[in-house]
Amino acid sequence: MSAFSFFKRPPVLPGFVPSFGFAVLYLSLIILIPLAALLLYVSDMSWAQYWRAISDARVLQSYKVTIQGALYSTVIVSVMGFWWAWMITRYDFPGRRILDALMDLPFALPTAVAGITLSALFVSNGWLGQFLEPYGIKISYAFPGLVLAMVFTSIPFIVRSVQPVLEDLDEGYEEAANTLGATRWQTFSKVVFPAVLPALISGSSQAFIRSLGEFGAVIMIAGNIPFETEVTSLMIFVRLQEFETGAATAIASVVLVTSLALLFLLHMLQARLARR
Amino acid sequence: MKTRRPQSAHQWLIILLGLLMALVMLVLPLALIFSKAFSEGWSVLVQNLSEGYMQHAIGLTVFTALISVPINIIFGIAIAWCVTRYEFRGRRLLMTLVDIPFSMSPVVAGMCYLALLGTETVVGQWLYGKDVQVIFAWPGILLVTLFVTSPYVARILIPLLQAQGTEEEIAAVSLGASGWKILTRVTLPNIKWALLYGAVITNARAVGEFGAVSVVSGTIMNQTLTLPLLVEQLNNDYKTAAAFTAAALLACIAILTLLLKSLMEYIQKKKLEEAQRAV
Repeated sequence: MSAFSFFKRPPVLPGFVPSFGFAVLYLSLIILIPLAALLLYVSDMSWAQYWRAISDARVLQSYKVTIQGALYSTVIVSVMGFWWAWMITRYDFPGRRILDALMDLPFALPTAVAGITLSALFVSNGWLGQFLEPYGIKISYAFPGLVLAMVFTSIPFIVRSVQPVLEDLDEGYEEAANTLGATRWQTFSKVVFPAVLPALISGSSQAFIRSLGEFGAVIMIAGNIPFETEVTSLMIFVRLQEFETGAATAIASVVLVTSLALLFLLHMLQARLARR
Repeated sequence: MKTRRPQSAHQWLIILLGLLMALVMLVLPLALIFSKAFSEGWSVLVQNLSEGYMQHAIGLTVFTALISVPINIIFGIAIAWCVTRYEFRGRRLLMTLVDIPFSMSPVVAGMCYLALLGTETVVGQWLYGKDVQVIFAWPGILLVTLFVTSPYVARILIPLLQAQGTEEEIAAVSLGASGWKILTRVTLPNIKWALLYGAVITNARAVGEFGAVSVVSGTIMNQTLTLPLLVEQLNNDYKTAAAFTAAALLACIAILTLLLKSLMEYIQKKKLEEAQRAV
């Protein structure tokens, strides 16, 4: 066999050409050509035009808000998600099955619905907002609301990454650690946590990437105050509504390239974690 | 790992705090949707549901989902089959490409289609000349929905086909079965639950897509408003009860999705136990 043959192992099963052909054709038509179109559109702009569009003060601030929101929310949701996954896999308590099913709610519920609902819940006269108002805590139409929306949409990514690992964890190791005199905290931090860490990192990365691009939930609750709670996805939209399609496309290209880079990084990280 | 009744006080504390977080983040929001939808009484709810714009949005949303789900199933089977059944160059790249819509802001997805098919582009001009409207019309909505939903069936099938291995299929080949026969008699029966699961998840995503659709929709009442867009529109117009009525419809689909998912996981688990007992 030549060193550069297409197949690394000769195919045994029939059907390569139709399945590969259809998959590649579909991916090209639905994903790759539109992506290329966006980059082509941008390449028509002059460098000065492009730079002005992506480095406008309001846009720069939106990058900062988006990254900050995604960082805070990823930290919060990692703790919450781990907590829930731990409860569901370890303990038998009333409502366990319902809680397990509810973990997928943020995935099944449209983001726009999640946004208006959380917003109505935490607004100053809302079910929960009324208790926070006297303390001067403002969630809806402020930065904390933006973080809350990102936390909500990220929940399944953490729980569903960590849960299977916790389920498969051999109890023997923990028992061994206990018999050898480890404290509960030592068992957790030295035995359980290292085993779960790769899954947690993978889940958190997905949550972070997802939060960077979150739109529906965020715009309904953040109040969208320029320079304060405007995320980058919204800036694209704002430019579109001002009929500045070029500027909107330029900003979109920045987001596109960033998310593609993060996706490739994530895949490399996952491959490395899987090898260990 | 076996679950156990919590014993010590601190274990109960973990559970109570977890339940409290779930109450705030998940249960109360769900309850609020229905409470707001019913806030002005039954008659207003029924009236809101029978409004022309609501009916139109429901129709458009169902139509989009009905077309996206089968297309995604075919694509999912094709790509999962080719990346798990053959070892070829570029296989990993193909798997990464499938994930692109996962990692991208839906607004950017919409922008890609605008850059390809918008009225000021080459393709858009050509379509305009042929009197075909894609952007700010239902074909555009369908296309971005296909983009956003494309990873789900594939991501569910790939690990499953990988885990199942190729023994049964190779046996079928050696007995002289054709490719089509192997697909319909061996592979598909093995993955039918996963396919159904994929269809349910894809449907949930197709029905609920907001960001991408709002870029290409143009939000024209009675023409290009899907249910999630209608929720936003009504909410912006301070028609809270009507907005939450549309939201409640979407929440019902979400709850149905969760129920079906739990049911399918239960069936899967039962089957696994049976298989283990048989051994």
